Amino acid sequence: MTPASSAKAPFQNKLLPLMLLLPQLLITLVFFYWPSVQAVQQSLYIEDPFGLSSEFAGLANFTALFKDARYVDAFLRSLFFSAAVAGISLSLSLLLAVCADRVVRGATAYKTLLLLPYAIAPALAGITWMFVVHPSIGIVGRAFIAMGIEWNYLLNGNQAMGLVIFAAAWKQISYNFIFFLAGLQSIPQSLMEAAAIDGAGPAKRFRDIVFPLLSPTAFFLLVVNIVYAFFETFGVIHAVTSGGPSKSTEILVYKVYSDGVVGLDIGGSAAQSVILMVIVIALTFVQFRYVERKVHY
Amino acid sequence: MRSFIAALSLGTVLSVSALAAPVEIQWWHAMTGANNDRVNQIVEAFNASQADYKVVATFKSTDYTELMNQTIAAYRAGTAPHITQIFEVGTATMMSAKGAVKPVFELMAEAGEKFDPKSFLPAITGYYSTADGKMLSMPFNSSTAIFYYNKDVFAKAGLDPEKAPKTWPEAFDAAKKIRASGHPCGLTTAWVTWTQMENFSAWHNIPYGTKSNGFGGFDTEFKFNNPTVIKHFETLNDLQKDGTFKYGGRTTQPEGLFVSGECAMIATSSGFLGNLMRNAKFNFATAMLPYYPDVAGAPQNSIIGGATLWVMGGKKADEYKGVAKFFTHLSKLDVQVTNHQQTGFLPVTIAAYEETKKSGFYEKNPGRETPILQLQNKAPTENSMGVRFGNLPKIRDLIMDEVEAAFAGKISVKQAMDNAVANGNEELRRFERTAKN
Repeated sequence: MTPASSAKAPFQNKLLPLMLLLPQLLITLVFFYWPSVQAVQQSLYIEDPFGLSSEFAGLANFTALFKDARYVDAFLRSLFFSAAVAGISLSLSLLLAVCADRVVRGATAYKTLLLLPYAIAPALAGITWMFVVHPSIGIVGRAFIAMGIEWNYLLNGNQAMGLVIFAAAWKQISYNFIFFLAGLQSIPQSLMEAAAIDGAGPAKRFRDIVFPLLSPTAFFLLVVNIVYAFFETFGVIHAVTSGGPSKSTEILVYKVYSDGVVGLDIGGSAAQSVILMVIVIALTFVQFRYVERKVHY
Repeated sequence: MRSFIAALSLGTVLSVSALAAPVEIQWWHAMTGANNDRVNQIVEAFNASQADYKVVATFKSTDYTELMNQTIAAYRAGTAPHITQIFEVGTATMMSAKGAVKPVFELMAEAGEKFDPKSFLPAITGYYSTADGKMLSMPFNSSTAIFYYNKDVFAKAGLDPEKAPKTWPEAFDAAKKIRASGHPCGLTTAWVTWTQMENFSAWHNIPYGTKSNGFGGFDTEFKFNNPTVIKHFETLNDLQKDGTFKYGGRTTQPEGLFVSGECAMIATSSGFLGNLMRNAKFNFATAMLPYYPDVAGAPQNSIIGGATLWVMGGKKADEYKGVAKFFTHLSKLDVQVTNHQQTGFLPVTIAAYEETKKSGFYEKNPGRETPILQLQNKAPTENSMGVRFGNLPKIRDLIMDEVEAAFAGKISVKQAMDNAVANGNEELRRFERTAKN
């Protein structure tokens, strides 16, 4: 066999590539397409939880959502929450990555310690922080009260929101840190040296060389962090505040749970899931287009 | 050769019927710790007592809401268990699912098993029966809301530790004295909607909703934005400004405030006693829930919490026969007596209560009788049989959203209760719409 022929037709048999793709396709079909189709279907019906009676409702579930001030509030709250989580975790992890990149002694130890929070399940992260900041039993919570701060996130919605943002952002810092660090280490040393010889100080080098070269990483992380804040923070919120007090930490994904699982409103929560699905598809779309077209080295 | 095969297959048939595998009955539950051990004991004893049926108990979740969801999802997928444990607030949802559940009175009658609703405590029978007295589910674990106080803190504040506050004004006075003595917190309450609203209304014989608290039909509306409830929450709200009353969360979280000694009084489930006996480093006592003496008819009787066993629909006749036999086993006096004494739950049958009383158990275990006396205080009225509203777990959350807003000073208590009634009624209409079949 000549190299040319093998490059042209790596698979002689047309069935083989299909067979190789099949497991992945099946997984996507069973775990994504099937539930998605079901969600879309259920969002068009008003149904009792057991599925004994079902009434076609058209878009009534969707119009009811947007007429519901509580849903609109949850929507705006989610935007604020994800912007805050993404902003805090991205800026802190960039700072940590820049610092870790400069460390010479014990760099591995720092990196390992910074990566550890990623191994913690969101619910556990929530519980851990709750024990630290609880007004009665938490060491930090008691310190706040001793300092004269009226610390009670069980009733103060802003404090509750601050707490879940902090816990959610903390957990994501490790993930962002790895990507930023890898990005920093892939910047050619020669560029930095050349700039230094030309008289650029560390701040100028960061602004004019490092930051632009990191922008694809930063943009990728921004999308990943928004998706994380929108969808994967359920565990933190469930463990720390259960969406309270007075819904002040109820973001969209929590509302799907509280309406669907606690409230047994199948149609309404399916409609909410469909909206969330549209959001994540839009985010992914933006990411692919933007990363591929606009961000270059 | 052919006859050999025939003989072989005949032999197989014979041996299969001789060693017929017992009919398996699946039971899903949410019991942990000592209660889980008790479930397994009951099942082992039943399985050892006969060979036709085998009950398999499976722990599914610590959370009743999740267990109910798993049951519903399993029903939709055609894999529901025969028996599932559903919390009391899920009763309206379960009973509205005609066909998806098999009412217990019907199950027992069809299987020819003896079943007398009158053998259970009236507060329990009432909660789980239709308006015409037919029992829908099998009582298993029951509790009610009672009052606990820290005797040591009472003594330090100059109060008589042997005298529990009987009325709310007395409890508030005690809380103020305790706070004035320098103690961080006088009073707290767990399960706010259950203890301070549902039980509070029953205990004062005032309606929580129309149509006998929902027992008379799904076209019911909430009535808890009445002056008595509003006055009670306004007082709590005033008292929390200086820590005399402390809000500690929606469900069990405030229990920690009492166990740690921070709050000197708490209203919570009778099931809390076990935890308290293991973990409290102070002397405490139980008492009946306080009441307002100026409300006519108070104290009436409290209502129950906990869970019952529901039988799912669409199973085979011989499986139902096994479920019925298992329920008969479960109703036996010795099984019931052990259930009550080994777990933190109430006796569910009158006989088990009488037997336990006779044995001197309550003298040796002070506090265990308080919830029963309170449940039996008077014969239940239409306001104190229980609450039967669809989507009640969700409605409790909607109520707490408003109560928290009031406690945070964002809205008045009256506004909070009016909002909660309006939001709750909206859920009731949604339930009525899907449950009308």
